[in-house]
Amino acid sequence: MRKLLLEHISEPGIETFDVYRKKGGYASVEKSLKTMTPDQVTEQVKASGLRGRGGAGFPAGMKWSFLDRKSDKPRYLVCNADESEPGTFKDRYLMEKIPHLLIEGMITSSYALGAKTSYIYIRGEYMYIVRILEKAIEEAYAAGFLGKNILGTEYSLDLYVHPGAGAYICGEETALLESLEGKRGNPRLKPPFPAIAGLYASPTVVNNVETIAAVVPIINLSGDEYAKIGLGKSTGTKLISASGHINKSGVYEIELGLPVEEFIYSDQYCGGVWKGRKLKAVVAGGSSVPILPAELILKTAKGEPRLMTYESLSDGGFISGTMLGSGGFIVMDETTSIVKNLYTFARFYHHESCGQCSPCREGTGWMEKILHRLHHGHGRKEDIDILVDVAKKIEGNTICPLGDAAAWPVASAIRHFRSEFEECVNNSMKVKELVH
Amino acid sequence: MAKVVIDGTEIEVADGITILNAARQLGGHSVPPAMCYYSTLKGSGGKCRVCLVKVAQGSAKDPRPMPKLVASCSTPVADGMVIQNLTSPEVLEARKGVVEFLLINHPLDCPICDQAGECDLQNLAYEHGVGKTRYEEERRKFEKIDIGDKIKLHMTRCILCYRCTMVANQLTDNRVHGVLNRGDASEISTYIEKAVDNDFSGNMIDVCPVGALTDKTFRFKSRVWFTKPMDAHRNCTKCSGKVVLWMKDNEVLRVSARKDQYGEVKEFICNECRYDHKSATDWTIEGPRHIDRHSVIAQNHYEKTDLLTLKKEIERQIEFQKGKPLPEPNRTLAE
Amino acid sequence: MELKFSNNTLSLVNKIIKRYPEGKQKSALLPVLHLAQSEFDGWLSPEVMDYVASLLTIKPIEVYEVATFYSMFNLKPVGKNLLEVCRTGPCWLRGAEDMVAHIERKLNIKAGETSADGNFTLKTVECLGSCGSAPMLQCGANYYENLTEEKIDQLIEKLRDKGVRSSYLKSVEINS
Repeated sequence: MRKLLLEHISEPGIETFDVYRKKGGYASVEKSLKTMTPDQVTEQVKASGLRGRGGAGFPAGMKWSFLDRKSDKPRYLVCNADESEPGTFKDRYLMEKIPHLLIEGMITSSYALGAKTSYIYIRGEYMYIVRILEKAIEEAYAAGFLGKNILGTEYSLDLYVHPGAGAYICGEETALLESLEGKRGNPRLKPPFPAIAGLYASPTVVNNVETIAAVVPIINLSGDEYAKIGLGKSTGTKLISASGHINKSGVYEIELGLPVEEFIYSDQYCGGVWKGRKLKAVVAGGSSVPILPAELILKTAKGEPRLMTYESLSDGGFISGTMLGSGGFIVMDETTSIVKNLYTFARFYHHESCGQCSPCREGTGWMEKILHRLHHGHGRKEDIDILVDVAKKIEGNTICPLGDAAAWPVASAIRHFRSEFEECVNNSMKVKELVH
Repeated sequence: MAKVVIDGTEIEVADGITILNAARQLGGHSVPPAMCYYSTLKGSGGKCRVCLVKVAQGSAKDPRPMPKLVASCSTPVADGMVIQNLTSPEVLEARKGVVEFLLINHPLDCPICDQAGECDLQNLAYEHGVGKTRYEEERRKFEKIDIGDKIKLHMTRCILCYRCTMVANQLTDNRVHGVLNRGDASEISTYIEKAVDNDFSGNMIDVCPVGALTDKTFRFKSRVWFTKPMDAHRNCTKCSGKVVLWMKDNEVLRVSARKDQYGEVKEFICNECRYDHKSATDWTIEGPRHIDRHSVIAQNHYEKTDLLTLKKEIERQIEFQKGKPLPEPNRTLAE
Repeated sequence: MELKFSNNTLSLVNKIIKRYPEGKQKSALLPVLHLAQSEFDGWLSPEVMDYVASLLTIKPIEVYEVATFYSMFNLKPVGKNLLEVCRTGPCWLRGAEDMVAHIERKLNIKAGETSADGNFTLKTVECLGSCGSAPMLQCGANYYENLTEEKIDQLIEKLRDKGVRSSYLKSVEINS
């Protein structure tokens, strides 16, 4: 299977400029700065069909084209390295192992967008990677790929790493920009969108680490060639973070279109469910996306094999499908308590809600409290209906997508595993009877 | 100018204003409630989500409906936009949810709260909430504290509208309080003990939609519906001097700024007017103030609210929800 | 004693401020708070925050608002080694709760508490992006992954002997 991002990952010393360069690194910078106009770079990204790898899957080229190029304010590219979605650790892997790929992508992308200063906003917990990135940036400056008149061209760029300090919400692009401005990570009201008024109210593009890294092979191969890789509208390769009850957890670069079954059971990837157990459920795209039971993750409701693509994973909508999301692939074996797993997710979203808008601030805490009771044997018979209703009343009614992200796991777990929740309630009732 | 339709009524409004302000120009029952938006405070709005409305048609140019309900206080109108407030069951359902969210951690201590009778949350719950709670978990608790010698902070009652922080930012020169912590642990606080002390700090009390910030000089003196609000003014060098005196017989129990029908102060007043002139002789009294928004006060002292109209409107909405055709513009859309 | 960064740190602060456009020095707040927490005993006292406010010429309340929002800032003193154990879904699936229980027994404290000798504080945290190497804990800049009870025992002994305060920046100097 073709690798575009991690091709040289096992090359000793690939984290250094010299080895990275020897392996063909920084070719996209040379190609774009010397032979292409910024708009031509953007056109290639558009042609590639690349979709945002952070989770939303929005076409990257289109996002770039929204950038207000007429404004007389400076333009910014900000890399979203605030990877915090439970189940997702691919950006960490990429930045740690092959930091120059991100730096190269940042330079090429900044050139396309006309940014003179760019930032990498990285979650504070990844502080050790800050040092790795800063070392790589230093090397790139020394080699003339950053700073004034890059490769002798008119183009100049400064690149900085900015650490966060512990807040999942800063992965939402406007919360990230607030945080980068030294404020609380409260998402902004939109419009205006960052493309018009982002960092310091200037036109800004915010892209995920993997999205920016993917610009490198797109420029090297051409957008059209990149678009041939993958399946349909799911072009290119995707980094999948595999975790949970599998034999081989880790980060895998797959060509989009790979059957889910192969990903779970092939020794090339997850190597099957651990301890010889049966598969119970999968959360395929990070904790926010709907959970699916084994039969629906392997095959769609129509009985077709489920594929690792944006389209196939969402086949059936939220009734029988899910989303590719960030590619955080969490596998659960037959012994897993869906209620308990959901409780940990609900606790996570409650902990991470910024508290700005009322449905999310109040609703996430409410859901956690109910699930805590359910899981600890203090369920009430109305609990399940209240959970479903609270999730419904959060969904779509909040300032930012964290509300949806908190609601979807609850709604889907009850949709597909209702009997487990009912069992919790029934057990609680029995305990109550015994006590009285 | 932009032509928009709100709950079936067309109105022409200035380009770029928000849906909420367009609705306010129209007036009546189509005006969405607002708990955090405050027209005289820059950057307010968008947070409480009670003003959510449905945009059934985005604009004349792009008639597609907006995929989600939008906050009417922060969404600009477009020419040809069709908006549903009370005529959308989806909106009423979402709003009911938001009211419930605002109440689950609220102490519901109206019987001992000074704001009772003029509380936006009380009115909202009265109009949109349900009489019973489904919330049986523990409620969030905070100690009540003094912030300065004139203002009491009951954080348990706060709905985190952020208005008071905006008053401090926009009306005073040194904000010492803000929103601390995050999620449902967020609180209004000075963090370390600090007095909020500034010529205009008292306006924090007036912009607070609930009883989180109350005037210590008025605390427990009287239920607000036993007072008679009077418009009054004095010559003041710091502010307009235009106030409302909340009187009992000839005694001035409280001085506040004048709020419009949406509970908003257009002319903020200084602390001297608010706290230091509690004698009727300090003021030129203009006459009784018409309070037409605050249900409890209005029902007991002043013009009768048009309960009959309200009842009719609610019945009309129920009919819509039963599947009867929607008003004119939407029917055109469906056909 | 007047609170002040070392000269080295001060020059680093000035370097960090220059990353942002003129007048946008507030942007440096998170990186500078990290430096402050690392230099001033692992937590942010009101005095430390006031000092940071003065360095960045912003109001103290602006620092309090931010410091209380982000989970990596300690607003109370913590033990020399802050053990942060992830317990979100993927870590829970791989036994994070057992790891927490083991540390609790070993140090005779509950999550959120500090050991009597002041050496360790145990904190449970949400997803740290180490799901594929769960269970895990973070101490300072280091991630300790694929944990077992034995590994935890070794780690605790090692940290106890070391006797220096853990820091997210330890061995990690921003922009050095």
